[in-house]
Amino acid sequence: MSWLIGATLFWLAAWALNVRLAASRFGATRAGRITVAALFGITLLVLWEGLVRGFAVSPIILPGPSVIGPKIASSLPILWADFVQTVIKGALTGFAIGALAAFAAAIAIDRSPFLQKGLLPIGNFVSALPIVGLAPVLVMWFGFDWQSKAAVVVVMVFFPLLVNMVAGLQATDRLHRDLMATYSATYTQRLLKLRLPAAMPFFFNGLKIAATLALIGAIVAEFFGSPIVGMGFRISTEVGKLGLDMVWATIAVAALSGSALYGLIALIESRVTFWHPSQRK
Amino acid sequence: MKDTTHTGSAVIEARNLDLTFQTGDGPVHALRDVNLTINKGDFVSFIGPSGCGKTTFLRCIAALEHPTGGTLTVNGLTPDEARMKRAYGYVFQAAGLYPWRTIAGNVKLPLEIMGFSKADQQARVDRVLDLVELSGFGGKFPWQLSGGMQQRASIARALAFDADILLMDEPFGALDEIVRDRLNEEVLKLWARTGKTIGFVTHSIPEAVYLSTKIVVMSPRPGRITDVIDSPLPKERPLDIRDSREFIEIAHRVREGLRAGHQDD
Repeated sequence: MSWLIGATLFWLAAWALNVRLAASRFGATRAGRITVAALFGITLLVLWEGLVRGFAVSPIILPGPSVIGPKIASSLPILWADFVQTVIKGALTGFAIGALAAFAAAIAIDRSPFLQKGLLPIGNFVSALPIVGLAPVLVMWFGFDWQSKAAVVVVMVFFPLLVNMVAGLQATDRLHRDLMATYSATYTQRLLKLRLPAAMPFFFNGLKIAATLALIGAIVAEFFGSPIVGMGFRISTEVGKLGLDMVWATIAVAALSGSALYGLIALIESRVTFWHPSQRK
Repeated sequence: MKDTTHTGSAVIEARNLDLTFQTGDGPVHALRDVNLTINKGDFVSFIGPSGCGKTTFLRCIAALEHPTGGTLTVNGLTPDEARMKRAYGYVFQAAGLYPWRTIAGNVKLPLEIMGFSKADQQARVDRVLDLVELSGFGGKFPWQLSGGMQQRASIARALAFDADILLMDEPFGALDEIVRDRLNEEVLKLWARTGKTIGFVTHSIPEAVYLSTKIVVMSPRPGRITDVIDSPLPKERPLDIRDSREFIEIAHRVREGLRAGHQDD
């Protein structure tokens, strides 16, 4: 009972503090904003711990942060190996290949009405294939190691990126196009100086969607066969051993990697599309 | 009919020009039987209500639209050939600056496309930005400037490659009266300094009379020319010339022309 009361009191106190901090001059500074967010995060962890202890929740159903934290600390070498296998080799490789392929395909589709009629429906069709059906097939084709996971990721990220990029290439103002016409600009000049820059906000939207898809794809694909390393492998085997603390540790790593990847793309986006109304400072 | 052919120095010549757009509601006669000669160094205004084809005619000269009948020559060439030879700079209703380029970058755009040397590009950018009084703003992005400054930058962009003809499609339509007066003065100065041939679309009578050596009055449905007025005003025009008798008389004739066009409806 004392755990429940303690957690609730901490929550209320942190809440009150945050309200005051956010309204104060300190809250407007960068350090202030980080403090407020950090306090909120810590409060969530304390509440979680308090509820798990207060209601004596079985660690199989939900372990508290006090169990997961030490597990992460004591399993760093394993978690790191899993991270390299799944995120770096599987997800990021597939993400890069898929993004480049979608970029090139979008330009080709945009150039040729024939491809527009042919390739887009095929891309649509492939994206409609259920990933749990496709993953085992790709594992058969490309083997147990990360290559097959990268292949699954390519299939998952390709279509959202393609659709966004094709839309982006068509998103130029008529005025901007007329201007190019009055200069008698060539196709390549129009592409490089007008249409690609104008397409960038769309492309980055696609990248942000694809970033989370890539991680999901790489983890899920490991359920269908993998070497004895990788986040998906870890989750599926630890669940079998009732090692839920390790499952949660892996989930934490996955969540952190996903957020970091998203943040990185958003950062690059703000540099590349600084001119777009949504990014102007 | 209302044709004023001078000797030799014709830059733009339209003969029996027709343009019909095929739309879902049937054909739209954007231009019918347009005859006009624009001479070197002329400042020609096209005035008329919406739908009279003034913008369409300018776009035909720029080969952005293609006439369905009659002939149109620019420097003795077809509009398409003239465009390939960079015969004209075009200023649109909106500035149309590329937001990912700085002002200087935008002015440089046509120069990059036309393959000017790097050193030449920089020199030209500096010169035309100075001409439109935007020196010092080259490093700004378009959205950081006012509408009037953006439109001046777009004029600089049209001037950068030194075409002999400047086509301006209601360039100041979206600006307030005060900014417009100032830019009108600047355009006149620019015209006097560079000796370019200017085609200028507007629906402001004072603007047309103040700027032009020749005023082309047009009327809609079908788009056609109803009157061509050669202005007797001197080349040197202070703003207060607009209170002079001659100015008011020309403005009156333009207004009569516009009204006559409307009575045909």
